[in-house]
Order: sequence, then C-alpha cells, then structure tokens
Amino acid sequence: MRAQFVMSEIGVGLRRNLTMTFAVIISVALSLALFGGSLLMREQVSRMKGFWYDKANVSIYLCNKQDAQEAGEAAAKPDGSASGSGGVATCRKGAVTDEQKKQIESELKQMTLVKSVAYESADEAYKHYQEQYGHTALASSITPDQMQESFRVKLKNPEKYKVVTSAFAGRDGIHTVDDQRKEIDDLFRILNYLNYAALGIMLIMLIVALLLIVNTVRVSAFSRRRETGIMRLVGASSFYIQVPFIMEAAVAGLIGALFACAMLVSGQYFVIDHGVGLRDKIQLIDFMGWGSVLAKLPYVLFIGLLMPSMAAFIALRKYLKV
Amino acid sequence: MIRFDSVSKSYPKQSRPALREVSLDIAKGEFVFLVGSSGSGKSTFLRLILREERASHGQVHVLGKDLAKLSNWKVPQMRRQLGTVFQDFRLLPNKTVAENVAFAQEVIGKPRGEIRKAVPQVLELVGLGGKEDRMPGELSGGEQQRVAIARAFVNRPALLIADEPTGNLDPQTSVGIMKLLDRINRTGTTVIMATHDQQIVDQMRKRVIELEQGRLVRDQSRGVYGYQH
Repeated sequence: MRAQFVMSEIGVGLRRNLTMTFAVIISVALSLALFGGSLLMREQVSRMKGFWYDKANVSIYLCNKQDAQEAGEAAAKPDGSASGSGGVATCRKGAVTDEQKKQIESELKQMTLVKSVAYESADEAYKHYQEQYGHTALASSITPDQMQESFRVKLKNPEKYKVVTSAFAGRDGIHTVDDQRKEIDDLFRILNYLNYAALGIMLIMLIVALLLIVNTVRVSAFSRRRETGIMRLVGASSFYIQVPFIMEAAVAGLIGALFACAMLVSGQYFVIDHGVGLRDKIQLIDFMGWGSVLAKLPYVLFIGLLMPSMAAFIALRKYLKV
Repeated sequence: MIRFDSVSKSYPKQSRPALREVSLDIAKGEFVFLVGSSGSGKSTFLRLILREERASHGQVHVLGKDLAKLSNWKVPQMRRQLGTVFQDFRLLPNKTVAENVAFAQEVIGKPRGEIRKAVPQVLELVGLGGKEDRMPGELSGGEQQRVAIARAFVNRPALLIADEPTGNLDPQTSVGIMKLLDRINRTGTTVIMATHDQQIVDQMRKRVIELEQGRLVRDQSRGVYGYQH
C-alpha cells in the first residue's frame, strides 16, 4: 500500500465534494457535541446527586403542642374525619414526651444504616428558619412555639431512606418523617428528561450525518468510476479500491469530531468556568472539572472516526462494484 | 490457457441467452480474433474471461483456474495476469501519459523503484518514448490507444484482451496498433481481440473465432473475417 498515493486520492475526493464534505462535517460535529454534552450532563447529574444526597438528610419531625391540639380538634369533630384540618393522628396523644424522644434516638442509633443522628430543638429550628427566611413576611409571623423538634438523620447509603421512613412514620409522638431526597429526585427526573431529549436530538443528527455520508460516498464513487473501473481491471484488491472512500469519510468525520471537541471544551470554558461563569454564580451546584470534559473527548473522536467509516463501507457495497 | 467447456450465459430479464454451449481452447501464445455482429456474444465472452460475469452453465478455465471455484477475494490476483484494452481507451484525463501507465502498478502495490523502471520501458515498447509528460488530451487517438496498451501490458500479463481496440481509429493508425499487438504477441503473450475490422482480420491471417447469436459458428486457424464463404 502506497500511503502517499492514497493520501492524495483522499485529498482530491474531499475537495471534489466540498459542499457535501462541509455538510458531513457540520452534522457530525453537531451530533457528537450533543453526544458529548449528554455524557457530561449525565456525569454532572450523578455528581449533583452525590453532592446533594450527602447534604440531604431524613428529618423526623416530632409533635409539638400545637400539633397535638390540632389533632385533638380533628378527632373531636362529629363526623370523626380528620380531613382538612391539618391534624396528624399520631399527635393526638399530646406533644412528644422525653421518653419517646429517648426511645426514638436510641433506636435510630442502633440502626446499621444510620451514620449520624442530630437533634434539633424547636429554638434551634426557629433560629435556622429565621436565618433562611427572616426577610419574608411569613417568617415574622412565626413563633418558636410553632416550630417542631426534630431528629436529623444522615444515612450511610442515602438511597435507602425508605427504611427509616417505614420504621418511624405513624408512631406516636412523630409528626412526619420527611426526606429531602424526594424533592431532589423530582429535580433529577427533569434533568433526566432533558438528557433523553439531548440524546434523541443526537440520534436524529447522527442519522442525518450518516445519510449525508452515504450520499457523499455515492457521488464520490460515481465521479471516480473511471479510476475504480481501471483499478478493478488491473487487479487492485477491493480493499485498495475502497480505502480512499472510507478514509474520505473518516477524515470528514474526524474533522467533525474535532469541532465537537472544541464545542465541548469551549462550553466548559465559557459557560461554566469563565464567561457566563456558572461555577461562581451557582455555588449550590458542584460543577464538574476539566478532567471530566477531557475524559469524554476520546469517545467523541473515536465515534467520529468509526461511524462515518462504517457508513461509507456499507454505502460502498451498494454503489461501488468491486 | 483458456478453456470454455459448453459454456452458456443468460442474463436475468433476457429470454435469449447471450452465449450457448460454447466450447473451445486457446493455447498459450496464440493470437485470436473474435468476430461476430453486435449482440453475438463477443462482449459476454470477454467478460466471462475477466470474471466480470459468471457462466450460467459450463466451466470457464483461465490460466488453469476454474473461475466458478475462484473466490471473490482471489479475483484481483487473477486479473493481475490479464491486460485489457478498450475501444474508448479509458485513460485518466487528469494524469500524464507516464502517470496513467504507473497507475496500473501503483494500485496493485508495486514498489516505486520498479515502477520507475518499468514505465519508460513499456512506453518505449509502444512507441511513445519522449511523450511521458503529455496529457492524454494532447495525443491523437492512435497514441492514446498506445498509452492504453502500455498500461495493459506494463504488468506483463500472460493474456491481453482487446475489445475492438481499433474501433475508433482510422485504417492507417489501426495498422500501427495491430503491429504493436503482434509484437506483444511475439513476446509470448496470448492476445484475444474482438473486432469488426474485416481488413485487419483478413490481413493478419490468425485464428478466427466467430460467434452468432451466442453460438460458436466458426473456429478457423489462419482464417478471414468471413461472411463471404
């Protein structure tokens, strides 16, 4: 195989179909940028999950006097239904007692799943609430009496919060077992849908790119039928005849992949690190670093090289008689 | 060299077969004219030898190989021992004379040194010494056909197939081409030439094979074009 000969053939072929080559490069670049973006988004989501799950904990809110009162009123209603009044049945026997608190705490500490347990008194809860929402009108109408005591439980495996929920929910003295993960999960579900949408668009772009490549190969094979005809007659191997076409597609795909890489890198640079500067603006999110972006680039390049080559190879079976 | 054993060839969507029960032998070093009117099966005959088509029935042996049993990936190797020349020359217009000839060696992976030696040699043989750097468009028809013959012969094939090589040339130029083919034949290369040129066939007095509606109707050594007997 004469490398120089093959290279010059590729150059000639790519120049001959310049517009088509551009179309291939652009569509490959876009589809691979979406592919890389979706890989990165997936990683970002799992990173955020780890970050937030770690921060999130299961809160066991205990009944205070007000809860007990509401529950009692609800039970006393003639129709016996507790609906609508906001009363919680487990608080009917009054506010939580010290005994109940001790019992709950020791049970929590015995669970192997539990990493740590923190007790928050009503006063502390009031203080936290004021810190967070002190400037709102609602916060000024809240008194420490209305706040609930609670246990803040951190789990070794945050995914298993349901064990805690089922163990404590519905017990006397416990108002509610609240898990913050539920809210986070909703957010992640939305992010997941966005990810699927990106993947879907990527798939469509990829199909467009492959169809373009098939068409390019067809035009290329037609415009070079004289050469390939002679090659066939003098006994060039089918591999030798096909390689320039496949390489043409591979080179176009590689250029597209390089553009896609550039898009991903500049996305990280201009959107997250500098420019828009999301990393500084949203400190709540732990954005991924350069390592994650760079780790995706080989995949992008590999697919950018492989997919067009395979498309070309398949197209050749149809359009190039060997 | 070549043996046809009751070979028939029919194409799909055509009721009449292109070749019917053709049997013949062509020995090494022979010069054979293949004659017959258009549609008589000459092209099919040549395409079967090149294995561009496969026989529907019967066996085609070329260079000692049964082409029906030759697997696809071995076909290029077989074709390297065949040279082919056409009526329309089929040169690459954007390559020089030397590049056109070298192309036939480059694409089968011949080393560069060998190509550099073989190309001027074969151009000298076909009488185009000194015109290496001309473009095909600058040459006369006869010269272009000489380039095509040089390209077909540069890999020293055992068999040269010429499909109406003088079809586009005037009689005087044709004589030059025939002399060249005769010279190539004298180096031991078998030549099969399909032609309509009565004058050439009558002058050369070589073996003549005549096809008519796909049948072999005449196989005559030192024959003439026919139709008048």
